[in-house]
Amino acid sequence: MARKTTQIQTPAARARSRRSVLKGLAATGGALAGAQALPGLVPYIQAQSSAPIKIGFQVHRTGIGAAYGRWYDRTTTAAARVINEAGGINGRPIEIITEDDGTDPKRGAEVVEKFATLHGCDIAFGTLFSHVVIGSSPRAGELKIPYFVVSEGHHVASGMLNRYTLQPGITDVKSQVQAMAPFVHDNLGRKVTMIFPDFAFGHDHRDYFSAALEKLGGEVVAKIAIPPTESSFTRYFPKIPRDTEVIYHVMVGPAVLTFVKELGEFFGSSRPELFGFIDSLEAVDIATPGLEFLEGSYFWEGNPRYAGANPSEHDSFYRAQVGVDADGASLDDPKDVSTYAHMWGCWETLHVVKAGMEAAGYQGIGDRAALIEAVEAMTDLPHGRAHPQGAKLFNGKTHQVFGHQYISKVGGGRMTLAHTTSIEDTFYPDEVDYTTQPF
Amino acid sequence: MDFGPYLLLASMEGAVQAAVLALMALGLSLVFGVMRVVNIAHGEFFMLGAVLAWWFTSLVGGHPAFGFALALIGAPLIVGLVAVAADLLVLKRLDYDPERTIVATIGLLYIIQQLALEFYGPDARPVAAPFSWRIDLPWFGYSGYKLFVIAAAVVIMLGVWALLTRTRIGLVMRATQFDSETAQAFGIPVGRVYTMVFGLGAMLAALAAVLIVPIQQAHYLMGGDPLLLSFIVVIIGGLGSLRGTVVAAVLIGMSDGIISVFFSPTLAKILATLLVALVLVYRPTGLFGTRTA
Repeated sequence: MARKTTQIQTPAARARSRRSVLKGLAATGGALAGAQALPGLVPYIQAQSSAPIKIGFQVHRTGIGAAYGRWYDRTTTAAARVINEAGGINGRPIEIITEDDGTDPKRGAEVVEKFATLHGCDIAFGTLFSHVVIGSSPRAGELKIPYFVVSEGHHVASGMLNRYTLQPGITDVKSQVQAMAPFVHDNLGRKVTMIFPDFAFGHDHRDYFSAALEKLGGEVVAKIAIPPTESSFTRYFPKIPRDTEVIYHVMVGPAVLTFVKELGEFFGSSRPELFGFIDSLEAVDIATPGLEFLEGSYFWEGNPRYAGANPSEHDSFYRAQVGVDADGASLDDPKDVSTYAHMWGCWETLHVVKAGMEAAGYQGIGDRAALIEAVEAMTDLPHGRAHPQGAKLFNGKTHQVFGHQYISKVGGGRMTLAHTTSIEDTFYPDEVDYTTQPF
Repeated sequence: MDFGPYLLLASMEGAVQAAVLALMALGLSLVFGVMRVVNIAHGEFFMLGAVLAWWFTSLVGGHPAFGFALALIGAPLIVGLVAVAADLLVLKRLDYDPERTIVATIGLLYIIQQLALEFYGPDARPVAAPFSWRIDLPWFGYSGYKLFVIAAAVVIMLGVWALLTRTRIGLVMRATQFDSETAQAFGIPVGRVYTMVFGLGAMLAALAAVLIVPIQQAHYLMGGDPLLLSFIVVIIGGLGSLRGTVVAAVLIGMSDGIISVFFSPTLAKILATLLVALVLVYRPTGLFGTRTA
């Protein structure tokens, strides 16, 4: 049943990507970009400044997103090290300036402000939880600082935000759930009950999955919203209708393990089919006692946690650099399970920033608009060390990247890749054209 | 799900909540009744109990019951000592002035929370239940451990009741609560009683936390919600009235469980808060309170 999409780069794709880079160069215009294309001249241009490029990293160090924050931090640190070891950006090293947003929208906006005014950062980058992104993005727009988010929310591509906010390193929920619907419908069942967190991210799941499933002829029989700070879940489960064939679950926050355990207690062995987003068990060991009932169930993964028999060399490189073993746990502590399905977004975003700054001949904050235009001009992002999760296609109009999605099956206390979607499975019509907005 | 099993599940969930809430609110009420101190840091003693429970269980290998037993004894003891230290270093120096102690315990709240964040970290960490027995009812499954929580809470509450009514220490506490000046005149060391009561109140919060942590996981922000609910319970029950506290805990816990299951958890919180407002307007001393603060 697995529809494998090959990730070998065709010569045409390579040519296309070269063309896209040239397009980015053209966008910046002038002698600077021309000089950039001639490697021999680069050092003289760099001589203007060898000071580090400052990247403000907005991270969930505390609050309900802390587990993600810890791993976003490690991934970002590793990506910055790899980029710096390879010569930095335009010959300048990058410096990561970290601020905790407390997984709180108000503090998120303050952090963006600090990056722009106090630290003098070139760009802001990093945060995950959708309410923090939605709270911070307007401030980034006002301060005219490029804001690269790693959030998954559909709010970037929906047109809700602004030209300064981009999501080039992680796919959005709408594209993810749309690509999952056919698998759920064809393999698991047609009557689905959805359990999701009651904020923007969960609402994206609710709206776009139910729409995609109904298009295929399935039906969402119940939609159960749970506040993201909830600590007890059994009381929500009686709302699951009797005739449910599949439970679609996605949960976030510090109580995810409780959620899944209580689901197991409630149903025992006579459970319906389960399809979860790995968010429900991100940073949690699948072999934890109490999770045995998950055997045979399926999870969406943004990037497969278990390396499997044939990991790509790029994934192996990335895994080693971040310090993650073949089972997705920290090399130092096997109990410290990573947020592997999400954190690659930080790695890939920083590599997009590097490519964008190089294409724009970025010198300083005066070139911020040129950087955004250079990223907007990108299209194909081939599978490689810069993009270890797989090949991607960036849509400059909607500021959103599209990529492969993975479905894994639980068996023997671990997960095995069962299906990979094509990039085309995740497409939907554009809802905004940010390039028409003035800077 | 049919109405009968639905109600059964709702009641069971409500009873677990009521049990833990009663323990926690009992501690808050005891401290207020005897010392006239509104302890805003009570929720952090609860959190500290949960975090220590994680620490104790992670020290011990083998069957999870060993670690849990150790936590059940060790965590409340340490939390009690922390509370005693807070009393001696802070509250005593403020002469237990009601207003200044509120500000002081707010400060204590932040200190404990930030220390937990610093040394324990921002993660939610699971504690294994001492046994993993699942009751398979015809309509749904239920965790046997949750029923154990209810039973354990009842036993602990009976213990507190016996301590207060059947022992000399309890007599001294009640005398101090009734009239601290006269008690002092009769040679009761009121200062030491205060310290002891503050420690005991914190230990009850810690015990509640050790019981709940195999269900909920230990997290540095977990003290907020129980603190709010405890205040609701204590206000409805009547500040300082232990009987009122237990009755109100059962009332709020059960109604929260049942309303959450049938309607929504948010509605349950709205109704509980509304009830507090009504009690404050029409019966400021609470359901069982006898005198004003």
